[in-house]
Amino acid sequence: MKTPKKKSLQGAIATKSSRPTFAQPMSLRDVENHYCAGCGHGIVHRLVCEAIDEFGIRERVIGIAPVGCAVIAYDYWDFDVAEAAHGRTPAVATGIKRVRPDDIVFTYQGDGDLAAIGTAEIIHTANRGENITVIFVNNGVYGMTGGQMAPTTLAGQKTSTTVHGRSLRREGYPIKMLEMLAVLPGAKYLERVSVHSAHEVLRAKRAITKAFRMQIEGKGFSMVEVLSMCPTYWDMTPIQAADRIKNEVSTFYPLGVIKSC
Amino acid sequence: MKNKVLMCGNEACGEGAVLAGCKFYAGYPITPQNELTAYMAKRMLETGGVFIQAESELAAINMVFGAAAAGVRAMTSSSSPGMSLKQEGISYLAGCELPCVLVNMQRGGPGLGNIAPAQGDYFQAVKGGGHGDYKLIVLAPSSAQEFLDYTALAFDLADKYRNPVIILGDGLLGQMMEPIVIQAADHKPEIIDKPWALTGCKGRKPNIIKSLILAEGALEEHNKKLQEKFRSIALTETRSESLNIKDSEIVLVAYGSVARIAKASMQMARSKGLKVGLIRPITLWPFPDEAIRNACLSARKFLVVEMSAGQMVEDVRLAVNGRTGVEFHGRMGGGIPSEEEILQKVEALI
Repeated sequence: MKTPKKKSLQGAIATKSSRPTFAQPMSLRDVENHYCAGCGHGIVHRLVCEAIDEFGIRERVIGIAPVGCAVIAYDYWDFDVAEAAHGRTPAVATGIKRVRPDDIVFTYQGDGDLAAIGTAEIIHTANRGENITVIFVNNGVYGMTGGQMAPTTLAGQKTSTTVHGRSLRREGYPIKMLEMLAVLPGAKYLERVSVHSAHEVLRAKRAITKAFRMQIEGKGFSMVEVLSMCPTYWDMTPIQAADRIKNEVSTFYPLGVIKSC
Repeated sequence: MKNKVLMCGNEACGEGAVLAGCKFYAGYPITPQNELTAYMAKRMLETGGVFIQAESELAAINMVFGAAAAGVRAMTSSSSPGMSLKQEGISYLAGCELPCVLVNMQRGGPGLGNIAPAQGDYFQAVKGGGHGDYKLIVLAPSSAQEFLDYTALAFDLADKYRNPVIILGDGLLGQMMEPIVIQAADHKPEIIDKPWALTGCKGRKPNIIKSLILAEGALEEHNKKLQEKFRSIALTETRSESLNIKDSEIVLVAYGSVARIAKASMQMARSKGLKVGLIRPITLWPFPDEAIRNACLSARKFLVVEMSAGQMVEDVRLAVNGRTGVEFHGRMGGGIPSEEEILQKVEALI
């Protein structure tokens, strides 16, 4: 998928002239990316970069790339980025933010990174109330390693490690991370959004922007969960995958603000 | 200003870090290094640094990764089981060439073991510990004073070579109190620029800290560069102490707390007219091969003493390379060899 450069609804930026204009965000490198057709990562990358540009903070942003499909996000983002070991992403962010409190630090994590191997790190980072922003891309499957079950895989969903579909009895239940984190006083802003339609992309943009604003204003831990398509490992066309979020995924993972204070 | 104080090895280690300008510490409680964590909690507050009690050793080492990536002098400490948990992060730190200081106050193992002093983590510290080809600079102090001095030195070495440095102690050294002299003037940190650090890309191209290198052949090139660095460290940073080597028939080799016991055994042997010397490696990596080789000129035998089943002895054998015999005496699981015990082993060899 080429990074959308001109005509793309996802890239729409409302301007004062009321006509949407399209431009390559400064924070997003003008290069081809490795994501599959219909994958949501390219959209989420762009939304993050648009938010960074709108706040004019590119030169004081430090991103933390995860292990997962977005592992080489630093090849697409045009600002300082650190790699993190799988799941340790919020711990690395904590180390950076504590020694550079005036910089804007965000993690970009998938469901394996955040909701499986990095569960302890995300809970304690939220609980400490670290003033960072977390972008959590939930597509319900391990993409990079070939489509295994994720902690967020829905009941009945077929993956390479749940060949007859996820059995709640055998594999347990899909985890709702935001709802879990909501009980922690340290977590200040938690919202779930999706990128399966133009309308939802615009809402996702607003949530991501708010999550960065929270940090800029020193309000503490914020996290946006983005439901995202993985047509390759859902064995669907991009359109079918977008419809699946609308009709199935978002009924289990409800969209909207989970907590805001 | 000379300031003589009574401190345990753990606290001396912490003060050495403070003198070196350490501004970030993250750790997780484990005996027998808790005095160090508590000391850093107090001193980081006093010196404007950051202290975090992490939720795990995994989180602690990765918080250090973050602080080090941002260019700050950072440290974590633990004891054997906790160090096992940190190995993943240490491999990433080495791969990303991030400077930091790690401390392991070793205890008895394997598994949960016990909380008595041991030296069973030599291989883990010296041979890598985590995945991939990398080396840590390993410093082995044998007194509270050396904990202060070598911890301060460790920060300079870490920055100079962009590599993690580990202080390998044990529960005995960590908790034993001794008088130490604190002379801030002797420990002026060598602060160097870190243009690679993540500080926001104002006025420069973005910096990226990573160890994932996918392009064909690029990771091999990165590894070659790392190995070249390790060779240059081995050439310039090897440290050891040799006592009574010139005329010695039996040369004891021991590090850390055991070296102090072995030194007493050597003195007892000398008072009996036995020609016994001691080599104390101070850097366990790079290992003082040359000091060992030089001792081969007079030595009939080496006796390596460790609180392990025999780990450093392998490096001594590699250095000796068959020129003479290498014997081993070890205690495990918290057993500490006595002066008399070592002397008996020496007498049996003569």
